Amino acid sequence: MHDPLLIGGREIKNRLFLGTGKFSSNRLIPKVVEASGAQVVTVALRRVDLDFEEENVATYVPGDCVLMPNTSGARNAREAVRIARLARAAGCGNWVKVEVISDNRYLLPDNYETLKATEILAAEGFVVLPYMSPDLMVAKAMVEAGAAAVMPLGSPIGSNRGLRTKELVRILIEEIPLPVIVDAGIGRPSEAAEAMEMGAAAVLVNTAIATAADPVAMGRAFGMAVAAGRTAHLSGLGEVRLCAEASSPLTGFLRSDE
Amino acid sequence: MLVLLNGRESDLPEGMTVADLIAQKNLRPGTLLVELNGELVKQDAWPDIVLKEEDRLEILRFVGGG
Amino acid sequence: MICLSFYEVFLRYKNMDFERFFAGVTGADVRQAMAGARLKPLDFLTLLAPAAEEHLEEIARRAHSLTVQYFGRTILLYTPLYLANYCVNQCVYCGFRSGNDLARKKLTVAEVEAEARAIAATGLKHILILTGESRSESPVSYIRECVQVLKKYFTAISIEIYPLEEAEYAGLVDAGVDGMTIYQEVYDEDVYAAMHPAGPKRNYRFRLEAPDRACRAGMRSMNTGALLGLHDWRPEAFFAGLHADYLQNKYPDVEVSISPPRLRPHLGGYPPRVEVTDMNLVQFMVAFRLFMPRGGITVSTRERAGLRDRLVRLGATRMSAGSCTAVGGRTAGESTGQFEISDERDVAAMASMLYEQGYQPLYKDWQYIG
Repeated sequence: MHDPLLIGGREIKNRLFLGTGKFSSNRLIPKVVEASGAQVVTVALRRVDLDFEEENVATYVPGDCVLMPNTSGARNAREAVRIARLARAAGCGNWVKVEVISDNRYLLPDNYETLKATEILAAEGFVVLPYMSPDLMVAKAMVEAGAAAVMPLGSPIGSNRGLRTKELVRILIEEIPLPVIVDAGIGRPSEAAEAMEMGAAAVLVNTAIATAADPVAMGRAFGMAVAAGRTAHLSGLGEVRLCAEASSPLTGFLRSDE
Repeated sequence: MLVLLNGRESDLPEGMTVADLIAQKNLRPGTLLVELNGELVKQDAWPDIVLKEEDRLEILRFVGGG
Repeated sequence: MICLSFYEVFLRYKNMDFERFFAGVTGADVRQAMAGARLKPLDFLTLLAPAAEEHLEEIARRAHSLTVQYFGRTILLYTPLYLANYCVNQCVYCGFRSGNDLARKKLTVAEVEAEARAIAATGLKHILILTGESRSESPVSYIRECVQVLKKYFTAISIEIYPLEEAEYAGLVDAGVDGMTIYQEVYDEDVYAAMHPAGPKRNYRFRLEAPDRACRAGMRSMNTGALLGLHDWRPEAFFAGLHADYLQNKYPDVEVSISPPRLRPHLGGYPPRVEVTDMNLVQFMVAFRLFMPRGGITVSTRERAGLRDRLVRLGATRMSAGSCTAVGGRTAGESTGQFEISDERDVAAMASMLYEQGYQPLYKDWQYIG
């Protein structure tokens, strides 16, 4: 069935977004992309180590993928905006994942700075996907600021603890008229499926795939899980039935004379 | 002359261009981004940009990230 | 992204073939509609369908459970105080319509104080003040004066008056008003025009958007609804629910509630155009509860005592007590009310009924400071 995900006017064919950090080798990336089917791939921008020759990860991302640079390293809106502009000027396309983290213990995002950056970048024509803590009022403000989607965390980056923020993410899915993409903390394919069953538009997975013993196989597993969860969501999950009782204590009076 | 290169003070010869610097550091041009005083400098402009005292230069590249 | 007016939402559904939709609703659809954590508009409409009547007990149990969960076993008691019955409108269904032969009266500030004293003595702290539409006899300045007096006796003051401009609402909020009730009466535009042949109330949009103006002006609670009996009740109930949902989305900090008033015998005797049975009323209330679990439901003394007792456990959150719909009716004796009251029980009797059902009457839910 045709079930396109539309972001920034572009049809995205796969609801698993892939992060490229922590891989033992960049050579694994195209293999994981192929095995998982991921179309949106994130990268980061860093200073070159002048004493040591290194590779550009972007050369390992297949050409038909959507490259989404993140603003990791930014501690405030100003820095995030600078990174986004640099990435775009370098020919990276106009998608950007706004990630502003000033907390180095848990790597939790700064919702306020992220919102500021989102507003500035959206006005400059970027397709902005803000990474955030699932706060409904902030998410509503992200909508007003021009975000193309919202990306609430499932649990802290790298923790592999799954959907700890499930109830809050559920509220975002119900209330926010943009794609809700669960990003961070998804540790298993079953958790990715769970997010998709709830109605998430997509999930972004990095650590769980990159640090698996066999990243390519894990990428394949996540691809299948995301598809399964999405199909389940679309086909309507069965409801939990309560047994009916013979008597009608609340409304019985309506059927008798009173 | 003193130039701030990737956040560190570096003493570079007068008249050095961006292209010269990249070559001197043995860096592969195609994989880099260069930002001079807050502005991106495209690769074809590197031979023409002469570095000056107190310039702030950032040499960046794309890396894996989530 | 966010609609500028409820009218945009209304337009989306106004030409819907409700008959056809209802005809297609099955038991499975009803169960599915009930199952979701957050009902969509068409789930709400499914629960309003004739086919859902068969499942009414199940829906009612869920509604009861949600009401207890979000409101506890409590009912807030309040009473209406009619300040003036001068009116320039000609609403065909109303006892106060211009042209009806009744004594027109407006309370002086001293009389308002006397009424307030009498009401406050019964223990009530929440009051609803009403006027007909007359900018000459009961202008905003008069209403404001009354509010200044009432503030001495009541901790929460709501208004049910003619639609105002935003600045006027702001003035009343500033004076101490924190809630507002306004019924669209009927959402169907053609029927609305027929029901309101003359007077400023003819302006459908101005009335429809009054809650928005009031919320923007700082009103803390908003109570809307349709007068059941003027038109097919199922689509009207649907629009009433959608309107409340729209207001809650647009003004998340406002306490939104609805009333389901049914047309009652009144001076002029305009009969209901459509019959709305007790079962219909219950279906509306329980379906709404599932659609908006935290939305209030106000049940007035238009309904008879025996039925109101049952409605306590069917989603009601606010009820009037010791009601009188005549201007000065409590202190000055007989005069013509806006409609006939069905439940004449005073505050003590209502409290007693609630305790018997294991419910607590609330007198004060709010304290205006300022």
